[in-house]
Amino acid sequence: MHKEFLMGNEAIAMGAIAAGVNLVSGYPGTPSSEVLETAAKHRTDNTYVEWSVNEKSALEVAAGAAYTGARSLVTMKQVGLNVASDPLMSLAYIGVKGGMVVLAADDPGPISSQTEQDTRHYAAFSKLPCFDPTSAQEAYEMIQEAFTYSERYSTPVFFRPTTRVCHGYASVTVKDPAEYTSHRPEGFIKDSTRWVIFPRLSYQNHKKIEARNVTLADDFSSYSRNQIFPEETHGLGCPDGYTKRDNIAASSELPKKKRGIATGGISFTYALETLRQTGMVRLLKVATPHPFPEKLALTFLEGLDEVLCIEELDPVIERELTYLCGKYHLPVKILGKLTHHVPNAGENTQDSVRENILDFLGLIPDTIADKQDTPPVLPVRPPVLCAGCPHRASFYAVKTAMKGKKTIFCGDIGCYTLGNAMPLDMVDTCLCMGAGLGIAQGVGHMEPDTSCFAFVGDSTFFASAITGVINAVYNQADITLIILDNSTTAMTGHQPHPGTGRTMMGDIVDKINMEAVLRGIGVPIVETADPLDHEAAVACVRRVAKEPGVKAIIFKSPCIAITKPSEYMTVDSGKCIGCKKCIRELGCPALFTENEHICIDTSLCTGCTLCSQLCPTGAIHSAASKEHSADKSDTSKTSKGGGSHE
Amino acid sequence: MNKNIVLCGVGGQGTVLASKLIAAAAMKKDIPVMSAETIGMAQRGGSVFSHIRMGEGLYAPMIARGTADVIIGFEPGEAVRMLPYLKPDGQVIVSRRAIMPVTATLSGSAYSGDEMIAYLEKNVSNLLTIDTEEACRNIGSSKVLNILLLGAAVYSGALGLTEEEIRDAIMERLPEKFHGLNFEALAYVRERLADTRVQQRRFCE
Repeated sequence: MHKEFLMGNEAIAMGAIAAGVNLVSGYPGTPSSEVLETAAKHRTDNTYVEWSVNEKSALEVAAGAAYTGARSLVTMKQVGLNVASDPLMSLAYIGVKGGMVVLAADDPGPISSQTEQDTRHYAAFSKLPCFDPTSAQEAYEMIQEAFTYSERYSTPVFFRPTTRVCHGYASVTVKDPAEYTSHRPEGFIKDSTRWVIFPRLSYQNHKKIEARNVTLADDFSSYSRNQIFPEETHGLGCPDGYTKRDNIAASSELPKKKRGIATGGISFTYALETLRQTGMVRLLKVATPHPFPEKLALTFLEGLDEVLCIEELDPVIERELTYLCGKYHLPVKILGKLTHHVPNAGENTQDSVRENILDFLGLIPDTIADKQDTPPVLPVRPPVLCAGCPHRASFYAVKTAMKGKKTIFCGDIGCYTLGNAMPLDMVDTCLCMGAGLGIAQGVGHMEPDTSCFAFVGDSTFFASAITGVINAVYNQADITLIILDNSTTAMTGHQPHPGTGRTMMGDIVDKINMEAVLRGIGVPIVETADPLDHEAAVACVRRVAKEPGVKAIIFKSPCIAITKPSEYMTVDSGKCIGCKKCIRELGCPALFTENEHICIDTSLCTGCTLCSQLCPTGAIHSAASKEHSADKSDTSKTSKGGGSHE
Repeated sequence: MNKNIVLCGVGGQGTVLASKLIAAAAMKKDIPVMSAETIGMAQRGGSVFSHIRMGEGLYAPMIARGTADVIIGFEPGEAVRMLPYLKPDGQVIVSRRAIMPVTATLSGSAYSGDEMIAYLEKNVSNLLTIDTEEACRNIGSSKVLNILLLGAAVYSGALGLTEEEIRDAIMERLPEKFHGLNFEALAYVRERLADTRVQQRRFCE
């Protein structure tokens, strides 16, 4: 054993490796991406790792491995689980031989997602067990236990960390490689009564699953991570540093209420920090929200009058406890989201949990933090496309070409969603991965006089847009598909995809050619253009968009984060007339004004030249190459991006 | 020695690396460390933060309001944004250089770093402002911003870490070719700090 400073996601990957995982598959998506990346980096000779083309493929690949008796892990973010839900729901009936863990990372807030959906519901819906870690250290240990449970019950299991567990760092005690479990799969054994899903088999297995979950709920009641923390005996008094609220003090003659708190996930850590200050009340930590550890929960509820449920996303624990109170006629009031005692949307914080708990316990802190003056108006900093981002050039080319025409620009998920910001304002719709294509078709069928555009990134194209193109061609839609090909999965931190020709096993493979795919589907017009050549790009859009039917433009230019900028631009202040056209049209973060003149932040500029191409006086030109610029080091770029499934 | 530290700035300024160095230095001293940071879409030029917690008996990687021992602000407005996290008499280290958000550039609205610094001077008793623009110019790189601020935090005594420990962390975590430049930045801020302290006292009087 030794200690390492690990991100929660890294801890999860290291835990899976320590458990002898044989296959890891997944699709990038914040906050889950680092799990697979870490697994690839630290894999043993017995581990195969791949970025699959989407979550459905990833889950099927992991299931196949588990059919052979291998231990497999599949990773995705919560909305990715929607994509993988078809194989998942059926796999729940078939089960597995080797341990299989389905990691779906939830994103309360949401911080980088389209929805605040709660994977614990998917667990109940699919009837699969679910593990919900509270910290990096627990996640490291829990994923190893998840494999054991999966094998013990021959079922895939969910592992559901949330953003703050995924992305929180901690000093984690981990095993040395010599302590790792080595897992050798037995191999696939043919048995069509087991591996082929038929209505009759599903009926039989459904009965077994229901019975199993009763057993499993009992088993989970004695699982060490489902825990009751006892109240401190003086917990009913008023702790130092707090005053009891007036109405409670007044009624202090009445029998005191016995209160408890039920929680899980990161909220458990927030609750514990507050309770260490106020004095412990009885605390239930739910590590397996499904099947719910009913026996343990009944022990927790025994003798309590009121329970506050603190959890993120949906009131899963709260509903389970409310149900138990009904089932066993318990006189316990269950409070939480359903009763409006805690917020029902957004993420919990140290402060929100503390406030909820103090309110519940009727405590008012004696010292209230010094009130600072009202601060001046703070700058708003919405995320923007990077300086030099080729997406800006692509959007600007389409915008210029289609000026004055009736259009709709259907966006998609990725960095290019940021094309919605002013001044580009080029994303009219965004729904989920690959949806832009379908939306554009639907609008087009209803509004034939609208020029319908669908923008899709290269990774998203492979993940979920190809079927949309086939649908468009087959059903005679009239749309222009714009593929923003920056040769990477940028938003989630530059993962490879089928168009990049690299795999997570380090192999260089044939790139899948998007142009050939589109032609193979039967798209008659497919042009490739450099978006940074503005005039040519505009001409290309004009030429292509006026044609009927399905047509496509591939704007090809690499992400600036994976290329080294060779030069930067400067402004000739003698020529600059201060018209600010560059700023008004492009909104590039490297451009700013000083004394009514345009300036360029050389530390941000990549020399994409787009601003110089639209300057009416030719005042912007390329300067010395970056080699000779002031920057000698590169210590400021260590962070990763997030979210290709956002 | 429990410490809560907030680093804040604008995506791309190097807050993440600075927080990794603090954590590495603490780990080496066998102090339990936890941290949390902005990852994802907001990194694209948005407001970003890192929380770091060191010491025993801590459970969550996130810091509660009013409990930060130190705020290291890579940008004046971002330091003001995070100020509610500062505990009474906590230390603030802040770069004087403002970063204009694209929205302000577009709308022509005034955003002034001076106004933010003035607010900090009025509301923070332990404030250290660093002229990072001049420092970067003198050192010859805009990318040492994080090490300058980290150095200032070390010399303020608020981190409970020494320059030696940060130097070790730099050697451990960064490629060798960047060591010299970052050590230069540490030395620069150490030498200048005496002057800044004079300035700081004046503000407090």
